[in-house]
Amino acid sequence: MTTPQILPATPAQQPAACGCDQLLALYERMVLIREFEDGVKFLFLEGTMPGTIHQCQGQEATAVGVCAALRADDFITSTFRGHGHALAKGLSVQELLDELFGATTGCCRGKGGSMHVGNMAKGMVPGIAIVGGGIPVAAGLALAFKMQKSDRVAVSFFGDGAVSEGAFHEGVNMAAIWNLPVIFVCENNLYGASTHVSQVMRDTHIARRVGSSYGVRAEQHDGNDVLAVYEAAQAAVAQCRAGNGPVFLELLTYRLTGHSRRDPCHYQPQEEREAWASQDPIDRFARALRERGVIDDPGLEAIRTRVRQQFDEAVQVARCQPLPSVKELTSDVFA
Amino acid sequence: MCLPESGKHLGIAEALREAIAEEMARDERVFCIGEDIAVPGGWGGAFTVTLGLEKRFPDRMINTPIAELGFFGVACGAAMAGMRPIADVQYGDFLLLAADQIINNIAKMRYMSGGQVTMPLVMRAPVGATGRGSQHAQNLERYFTGVPGLKVVAVSNAYDAKGLLKAAVRDDNPVLIFEHKLLYGSKGARAEPGAVDATSDVPEDDYTVPLHQAAVRRAGSDVTILAWLLMLHYSLQAAEELAAEGISAEVIDVRSLSPLDLETLGASVRKTGRVVIVEEGPKRGSVSAEIAASLLEECGEYLRCPIRRVASADVPVPFTPVLENAYRPDVPRIVETAKTVMQF
Repeated sequence: MTTPQILPATPAQQPAACGCDQLLALYERMVLIREFEDGVKFLFLEGTMPGTIHQCQGQEATAVGVCAALRADDFITSTFRGHGHALAKGLSVQELLDELFGATTGCCRGKGGSMHVGNMAKGMVPGIAIVGGGIPVAAGLALAFKMQKSDRVAVSFFGDGAVSEGAFHEGVNMAAIWNLPVIFVCENNLYGASTHVSQVMRDTHIARRVGSSYGVRAEQHDGNDVLAVYEAAQAAVAQCRAGNGPVFLELLTYRLTGHSRRDPCHYQPQEEREAWASQDPIDRFARALRERGVIDDPGLEAIRTRVRQQFDEAVQVARCQPLPSVKELTSDVFA
Repeated sequence: MCLPESGKHLGIAEALREAIAEEMARDERVFCIGEDIAVPGGWGGAFTVTLGLEKRFPDRMINTPIAELGFFGVACGAAMAGMRPIADVQYGDFLLLAADQIINNIAKMRYMSGGQVTMPLVMRAPVGATGRGSQHAQNLERYFTGVPGLKVVAVSNAYDAKGLLKAAVRDDNPVLIFEHKLLYGSKGARAEPGAVDATSDVPEDDYTVPLHQAAVRRAGSDVTILAWLLMLHYSLQAAEELAAEGISAEVIDVRSLSPLDLETLGASVRKTGRVVIVEEGPKRGSVSAEIAASLLEECGEYLRCPIRRVASADVPVPFTPVLENAYRPDVPRIVETAKTVMQF
């Protein structure tokens, strides 16, 4: 196994053009995702929530940094690991929790579940749980925006595993030849399920491969630095809105939880896990905010407490939400 | 069949082309996406259906790389974002490359979103054995008729082709249209040996054909013959021969393969009590198996005798004409099978 790319211990967090409120909003959104994922994991292990889950603890900065650069009417496609993308794009904790509980008040009325969360009114296509499947779909959203002469952009989130799919090649290539306003966001967390990237590609620098293969701007960024992600996404969005898409962003990050609910991650070497745990995107951003005097420890704790309370209240509501009646089995097949 | 008194006489390829052009002129959200569909000096797709449309609609004829999975995904995304794409494959066999997008995304997105997503997407695919060996020949209907969320139709004449395609474009759901290579009536270099005349008079005025209705093509009282695409034409020829022998066959164009129009099919079965289903494609796991089972449930008590099927052998499509002809059901086999059920 090759040595993982460990990020510098003290990254250059430059708040750049962000105001304090915006920085704190980015922080709070990341904390919200972490608390949501940890809380949901508990509910699953406790046995009160049906189905399965794929979680994103450790990858909060990619979702939040990218979606912060988008407008409400821009669209994202996501994957089976989509809770973070959903919260970052503006879906509410309540509509997500209700969906996970299978309630009719969920964002997909209980018919989608964890792997298919989405809300078209908020710019999120229901999660596409077939690896790579959302890549050409995002290109299609972008083709529509272009034909409609709209300046909206589409973003497709996917992992390093999707890069080996034919859909990746076909979707990125079509977006490139048609200059589509789509940003391909590869969250490279080093593992496709349990398989390390080095076992499935000879050159593991995905952005370099894409840039040299498809003739598109392709960049690799520190995916655990929310501001670096945000700035890269802002530049990509501007380029797409100007009609010069697509853009490919490879964001280096790490999954601090299992692939799915009962995965103990024995394939992740302990020193690798520890190294990446020290690069936790939330901790890093908290440090940067403290060092710049944006907020102090009690302030950070107040955010976490508020978010936790918000989540706990939503759980209490979700537990009592109405389940669909059995007659809804056959509705929503056709328009 | 409903034939207008005035209008024009078209083949299926021309009728589809007219339908596409009229729908694109009517609604700027409609566009075409596929391989070799908009190349000046090219063919207008594999069978001339989109010939010349790039001159009239230069921005809405999207010629793609050879990437069926990719461009069906693109069509899916565009449909979700408010466009009304018409995606086509050059040969039906290539639908299998796009099957993930068709079955996992296009067909399911509305349901798994709890009704949020609308997927107005038309897909077109030519099928049928035509001297091209195993991989440009399969009848793909069987693989898609059982997919919830898809509507599947098959066109057997030019009038239907135009009306069904227009109805499909105006429908807010994904519709897969099967066409037969021997029925297009394509001319010049794209003409097919063994082609059957499927031309119709087509009215000047706008019209649609419902997506969920079978059509009685020949009324009869002794035996019901159910078929679609090329087999419908063979069945009509068989009915002529049967009539000469005093057997009155009712021939129905199943046309709507999913959902099935069991009302029309059942009414005929209740009348005749005898059923022969004719299908190009292997018998095992076929659409005719689904039709037979559905009829048994719907009106099995009216049957005088077992349902019979005339279908292909359970083999890949062979190349050499002597074997291909043995593979494809023909008029003598249909006649013979109809006579068999008349013994009851």
